[in-house]
Amino acid sequence: MNDNVVALPDEHKFQARIDAEEKIEPKDWMPEGYRKNLIRQMSQHAHSEVVGEQPEGNWITRAPSLERKAILLAKVQDEAGHGLYLYSAAETLGATRDEMIEALHEGKAKYASIFNYPSLTWADIGAIGWLVDSAAIVNQVSLQNTSYGPYARAMIRICKEESFHQRQGYHIMMTLMDGSDEQKAMAQDAINRWWWPAMMMFGPHDGESAHSAQSMKWKIKRRSNDDLRQQWVDQAVQQAHAIGLEVPDDDLTWNEERGHYDFGPIDWDEFNRVIAGDGPCNRQRLAHHKKAHDDGAWVREAMSAYDAKRRAKSSAA
Amino acid sequence: MTDELQLYEVFIRSRRGLDHKHVGSLHADDPQQALEYARDVYTRRSEGVSIWVVASRDITASQESDCESFYDPLDDKPYRHASMYQMPEGVDSL
Ligand SMILES: [Fe+2]
Ligand SMILES: [Fe+2]
Ligand SMILES: [Fe+2]
Repeated sequence: MNDNVVALPDEHKFQARIDAEEKIEPKDWMPEGYRKNLIRQMSQHAHSEVVGEQPEGNWITRAPSLERKAILLAKVQDEAGHGLYLYSAAETLGATRDEMIEALHEGKAKYASIFNYPSLTWADIGAIGWLVDSAAIVNQVSLQNTSYGPYARAMIRICKEESFHQRQGYHIMMTLMDGSDEQKAMAQDAINRWWWPAMMMFGPHDGESAHSAQSMKWKIKRRSNDDLRQQWVDQAVQQAHAIGLEVPDDDLTWNEERGHYDFGPIDWDEFNRVIAGDGPCNRQRLAHHKKAHDDGAWVREAMSAYDAKRRAKSSAA
Repeated sequence: MTDELQLYEVFIRSRRGLDHKHVGSLHADDPQQALEYARDVYTRRSEGVSIWVVASRDITASQESDCESFYDPLDDKPYRHASMYQMPEGVDSL
């Protein structure tokens, strides 16, 4: 924040509360920037849960067994629920659901860039559950301590449900790596394509992250992008090697001194391109979301017509 | 309305960061009065930082007898639990 601006007494109280690790609740006074920042972050998070259903939904009808199909269906159902928890939490800040959806459709609100990559084979479902969900979990665990009460509580609920997502994905990879040469190659191909986009999920390096400093001060974010990314790399590399998968990074080396893996440079041009709308599936994802929303219009209309009829009846009685 | 008082359910947030929790009910004329009564009856020893009151008749509740059709289908979906997936020895953070 600009040091030349004299902070209001309310703002002092607000920041003192945050510094003391107390939660902010919906009816509390809060700076406009805090509210806006939270709505941006939470709605972006909610959109990610919902748009993220698309690459996985792509394989529900083609899952290799009835059991895998039921599992994938249950996972995608969870993600829809996560979207709901987050939209509802954002609504406690005065944002309406319609506004948020509209911002998504107009391209004003973002969602996680990773969901703009296609799911080409069944192994991608393994890679998504294992790599993408685990990256999301690393971030979400840190957000269980975020300063806004409804957001923190939504994160706690979500993290509880996430535990099976990552495992079912890893289990798919494990099973493929236990199979034929072709199945192993399919698993390796999936990690080759998903590794770097998953690395990008944590966002720009700390020095270049637009919202980071203020968000850390307000405790909307609790750990830095680079910090979270490093934790994820350390655990994902170990998990990959345990089942014989190679990590597609020639620079990957264990750094004894740091006690962490060093890794190669991230292609930020690709990241920026995908964020800006030019990834492999951006147009398809948005078009599909709009279509699903429009196709559902008659249900919403029928519900409100039914509600109006019921009200008319009960007021006549 | 007659002079009969309405039943209200009372929910209290005991500390910032926690959900409101149902603590009991009371009779009042209107929501504002219910809120004041709730303060007097349920928070005499700083039990909370926030109170919600909801007219009991506005609550739609599931019935214990509906349990089977409401929740039963979940019991045959063990794959919703992480514990169903056996992870190999020595793999951490899953
Ligand atoms: Fe997710
Ligand atoms: Fe999720
Ligand atoms: Fe998930």
